[in-house]
Amino acid sequence: MAFTENIGSATLDGLAYVGGLARLGATAGHAAIKDVLERRRLAWGRAVHQAMAVGIGSLPILSLITFFIGTILALQAAYELRKFGALQFVADAVAISVSRELGPLITAILVIGRSGSSFAAELGTMKVNEEIDALETMAFDPVRFLVAPKLVSMLLMMPCLTIWADFMGFTGGAVFGMAQAGFTLKTYFVATMNALALRDIVTGLIKSLMFGLVITTVGCQEGLRTGLGAEEVGRSTTAAVVKSIFLVIMVDLVFTAMFYIGVG
Amino acid sequence: MPDELNLTTDERGSAQAAALSIRNLHVAYGQREILHGVSFDVLVGETVVILGGSGSGKSTLLRTLVGLESPTSGEVIVRGKNLAQLSENEWEELRQHIGISFQSGALFGSMSVGENVALPLLEHTELDPATIEIMVRLKLNEVGLNGYENYMPAQLSGGMKKRAAVARAMAMDPEILFFDEPSAGLDPIIAAGIDELLLKLKEAFGITMIVVTHELASAFLIADRMVLLDKGHIVAMGTTAELQASTHPRVRQFLDRVAEPEISQEIDYLQMLTGEVPRPRQ
Repeated sequence: MAFTENIGSATLDGLAYVGGLARLGATAGHAAIKDVLERRRLAWGRAVHQAMAVGIGSLPILSLITFFIGTILALQAAYELRKFGALQFVADAVAISVSRELGPLITAILVIGRSGSSFAAELGTMKVNEEIDALETMAFDPVRFLVAPKLVSMLLMMPCLTIWADFMGFTGGAVFGMAQAGFTLKTYFVATMNALALRDIVTGLIKSLMFGLVITTVGCQEGLRTGLGAEEVGRSTTAAVVKSIFLVIMVDLVFTAMFYIGVG
Repeated sequence: MPDELNLTTDERGSAQAAALSIRNLHVAYGQREILHGVSFDVLVGETVVILGGSGSGKSTLLRTLVGLESPTSGEVIVRGKNLAQLSENEWEELRQHIGISFQSGALFGSMSVGENVALPLLEHTELDPATIEIMVRLKLNEVGLNGYENYMPAQLSGGMKKRAAVARAMAMDPEILFFDEPSAGLDPIIAAGIDELLLKLKEAFGITMIVVTHELASAFLIADRMVLLDKGHIVAMGTTAELQASTHPRVRQFLDRVAEPEISQEIDYLQMLTGEVPRPRQ
């Protein structure tokens, strides 16, 4: 009885948590649109600042990781393909797996590590230092002031980062293609473009938007729920990373299944 | 619980307009009630110090007065408006007329001191950036931080942080200023400087001030009236002279800095549990 009660209770908690995320996302989205319409001067500056932190700051490490992932994928694909004398399909294998899955996913996981955790730590520290209270007493809505710029910057930067990650993944595959499969850089990229349908890129971008929404809302929700004391900030940060990774994988599963059913 | 001394009568309150009125205020965190029916008025231009030991409920009272906590029952009336009945827009409007200086300062760490002070002006006024810059310098000058606008909060000492927080709280020229432990954690000289600053602000601008503290020297220097809280009840309320002359055992214990008796007997433990005033150690 206790076991089933625990499952029921955990399910309800999980649904309430996701409901909280949806509410936070909707409130922040509404506030962002209102800020744009009312041309509030503070909002733009903060959104640009966040976009620089989320986007530009991630580029070097994202480039490096996705480049190596592209090379690894090419190596793994070639391992099987060469048994059938089909090494020329390496470009296709890399192109499809990177654009549909690994580009958005690796980008999301990297952004969770860099930005999702920093959102939680930033808001958690502000909570502990009474800065959130100070904002409220100065007639600022903390969601509008703190969460909305993060959401806007994340929704703008995630697709951009994903496209860049896709490109670097293809480039990583091209290194193997040129070294082992008889491609030139040009022929490798021609083969990549031939292998890709617009749908592959679009599905990846749609996923990246959803990942951005998940990362921002989880990071901010955990930060805003931080209790008293410095150790609580650490707890919030850890929770933000773990929950974001789990929810990103869940969202990935749901959207991949939807695209599969939609095509099939 | 002994009766309230209530040295300040309601008649005194009615003779002059109240900036803030609290009526039978009860506040609870979950099942635990922190404030048990607190009532008093703060008159326009008056400085009221809320005194009390740790856990007396004074910070909860302050948080309730500025809308960070919701009462379970009772009323808080600020500028003639009952906080419980305010719409979101009315709250936003009211909050532009009050300023709060938090215990930690609560300056935004990612912004310079000048940006911290400019923030409410940027958000709530249509002033152009050049005017805001002048306003920021004026406010920092008022609290003795002239030339510190480009410093980051982390580069300031404890006393400077408190001053910068006061400048930010003053940015919108509030009618009521709330202070949470303004001199806590500061050395006596810096704390005296903060007291002087509060007196200067009162004299220069006639601002109504509500100060939560447990620093007796500071309280007697800045207060027009004092409210002594103990375990969520008001045990005494009056002018500094009235409180000094009080013979109420809890007031005397607090003002004479008499330690709580050690719990060695069953009756002491029961008294602690029931919230009754323990017998001061002889």
